[in-house]
Amino acid sequence: MREPFFEVEDLRFTYHRQSDRAQAVVALDGLSCVIGRGEYVGVVGGNGSGKSTLAKHLNALLLPTGGQVRVAGVDTRAPEGAWAARRRVGMIFQNPDNQLVATVVEEDVAFGPENLGVPPAEIRRRVDQALDAVGMAAFRRRAPHLLSGGQKQRVAIAGVLAMHPESIVLDEPTTMLDPQGRAEVLEVVRTLNRRDGITIVLISHAMEDLIDAERIIALDSGRIVLDGPAARIFDRLAEAPLGPLAPPPIAALARWLREDGVEVPPGVHTVDALADALSGLFEPGGASHA
Amino acid sequence: MPDPLVACEGVSFTYRRGTPMEALALRGISVDIRPREAMALIGPTGSGKSTLVQLFNGLLRPTEGTVRVAGQDLWGPRADRRRARQQVGLVFQFPEYQLFEETVRRDVAYGPERLSLGEAEVAERVDEALHAVGLDPSRFGDRSPFALSGGEMRRVALAGVLAMRPTVLVLDEPTAGLDPRGKEEILARLELLHRQGLAVVVITHNMDEVARLADRVVVLAEGRVVMTGSPAEIFRRDEDLRRVGLGLPQAARLVRALRARGLPVADALTMSAARAAIVAAVRAGT
Amino acid sequence: MEFATYVPIGQYIQRESAVHGLDPRTKIVATGALVIVLFFVPTFAGLGACGIVILALLVASRIPLLFALRSLRPVLFLLALTVFLNMFFTGGVPSRTLFTIGPLVATEAGLRAALFIGLRLLLLVALTSLLTFTTSPVELTDGVEWLLRPLRRFGVPGHELAMMMSIALRFVPTLLEETERIMKAQMARGAEFSQGHILARARAMIPVLVPLMLSAFRRSEELALAMEARCYRGGSERTRMKELRWRAADGLAAVLIGAACVLFLRVR
Repeated sequence: MREPFFEVEDLRFTYHRQSDRAQAVVALDGLSCVIGRGEYVGVVGGNGSGKSTLAKHLNALLLPTGGQVRVAGVDTRAPEGAWAARRRVGMIFQNPDNQLVATVVEEDVAFGPENLGVPPAEIRRRVDQALDAVGMAAFRRRAPHLLSGGQKQRVAIAGVLAMHPESIVLDEPTTMLDPQGRAEVLEVVRTLNRRDGITIVLISHAMEDLIDAERIIALDSGRIVLDGPAARIFDRLAEAPLGPLAPPPIAALARWLREDGVEVPPGVHTVDALADALSGLFEPGGASHA
Repeated sequence: MPDPLVACEGVSFTYRRGTPMEALALRGISVDIRPREAMALIGPTGSGKSTLVQLFNGLLRPTEGTVRVAGQDLWGPRADRRRARQQVGLVFQFPEYQLFEETVRRDVAYGPERLSLGEAEVAERVDEALHAVGLDPSRFGDRSPFALSGGEMRRVALAGVLAMRPTVLVLDEPTAGLDPRGKEEILARLELLHRQGLAVVVITHNMDEVARLADRVVVLAEGRVVMTGSPAEIFRRDEDLRRVGLGLPQAARLVRALRARGLPVADALTMSAARAAIVAAVRAGT
Repeated sequence: MEFATYVPIGQYIQRESAVHGLDPRTKIVATGALVIVLFFVPTFAGLGACGIVILALLVASRIPLLFALRSLRPVLFLLALTVFLNMFFTGGVPSRTLFTIGPLVATEAGLRAALFIGLRLLLLVALTSLLTFTTSPVELTDGVEWLLRPLRRFGVPGHELAMMMSIALRFVPTLLEETERIMKAQMARGAEFSQGHILARARAMIPVLVPLMLSAFRRSEELALAMEARCYRGGSERTRMKELRWRAADGLAAVLIGAACVLFLRVR
């Protein structure tokens, strides 16, 4: 059993629209979940499901209007609790451009440690390490506007890594990227989780982004509607889509095939897994199981 | 064969010509857009797709070669580039970022107003365009575009181009950044418009969209056309595509993976086709 | 129309040179001093001497001269206009008349004064360009921040101003690209930006300015959030990866420039 890192208890968040102060919007309506150290959790949901709002509670950019959020045991509403959370939890946002603040890549990566008051020589070390970790060391003196979307996101991740976080929350990090950028970012995230044990919470509306997640939490209208191991959730959604939540196409195909009498085992949601499963039905010299 | 709507012959384009930061984006490309066709323009990032489509409506001038719209050389002595911009409707990436008016109707009216049409005609076109993108004018017409969802804003931007009644609609990554529902809405609208006779050209990175929408695929790499053909023809050439940095629709990848494991499965570009192909192969193996 | 990434004015050119290696504070103060000198030098000879110093610095900075000359191109129009207008004002010194346009009289003295002003303007642009060519935006803002620190007790928010400068510099190319994109999108809908009288052109820019401003506001909100997420709390306990350090070269440069300034002010 993993040590809890994020503890969310009956989280509620209501805000008032700027255009109409009287109108209250309930963004989160009583969420509870526990995310353990080192987990890779995918959070999925349609527009307005509250997934972005939840993300911002994990590093105390937002504070609950009801319920509680604890990061490594510290309530985010405690005095200095918010800053304690932000030291431990880095965040990557959807728009690659609007997170890079400096005119040169390495200066941007240094921004976080500078804010933490880290001594200059140590900052230098961390910046170099972080850029290496995301494969952007060759771009250290480049200006951000000359980078591709995927490169910008990797620089943003380096900027977070330089703060030595225990967890990284990524809010739709690949939505604005092309397939290459998307692959680059997801690979970096996978490595950070598997090799370095960083707790990952990846928010996306695309199931395909969550392929590396071990656990999926699905939100709808500010509530958790599904929470479990990724394979089980994908199969569950393939059985019956839930609102705007659709399974990865391969999981849906697997279910169709089962309907047609082809015995595909559960938990298959990648091309290779399905190909392997199907080839298992064609034993050399033996009859196929149809 | 009917005359092409847009014909590019031997076009080249260089950015920042004459400066130390010169960059050759297109090299001797010949491509045309045929009436009523649905064409997908694909290629790795930096291959020149976005540059090429800006040549179609005269936003950029080729450094070599000619561009003809409805038979007229866009850069000839009697060229009417304004007319070309009406005939070739170009929708940029993330077009919702160009909305500026107070109401949806007024924003959609911007294009037709530039065409010096009368009030009544403009109003008619605005309503027609909004219907075409699935936004009921009575519900959306007087709302601020900025109060809408991302997908709705994008459809308003699309309506703004449709209101000019172009003969060909060119879209640069029309589903980029949208959630699955938003993507589906746009694709369904494009299919409908195509069925109604509009020629549609789509730049996309999504091979599943190509398989779904396109009759013809043009593949660009490093500023040149490297392949053209139907989706079935193009996706059969997975080695060539991989070399250029492109992938396959998921169904096609699955077919490749199955064949690599010794399973004889027919070609498939969509998941339903894959389903049928797999079931057939499994049953044949009995 | 791809002016976005190619505007020599203000752009930092990375090179290894004696000038590049100087502390930005030295360069900022030296530039300030030379600017003041340029305004007080009374003769062509004095301007010429300043010009020689600026040229020497340019050579020492290893910036390609052709490139530097090209950076003056945008000001050429302003320069020509300035010279032309100033020809008609002599300040009462009697001299030969060159030509007249209606009630305006261009005299030899006027021409001389105009050329003086024009040359001074040219040297000002060259001098400030030299500063921005050889000093990265980061260095500039660090330098300005340090120089403004003593004013903190008078309520001048040095760190915040420097941060604003830095962020503005970071986003200028991005915003220029976006402007170009928006303009093209509106042109695709029939917008014309280069026709009509000035009022028509101004109105034509609304479909560009509105989305641009909205985008700028959105960017700043998102950026602020991202900065907070990285524990930004203002300037109080921040350290810097690159600390500004005086070196011998700075002392030497300060002495040389100081001497030059005094000298030029006395040249008659």
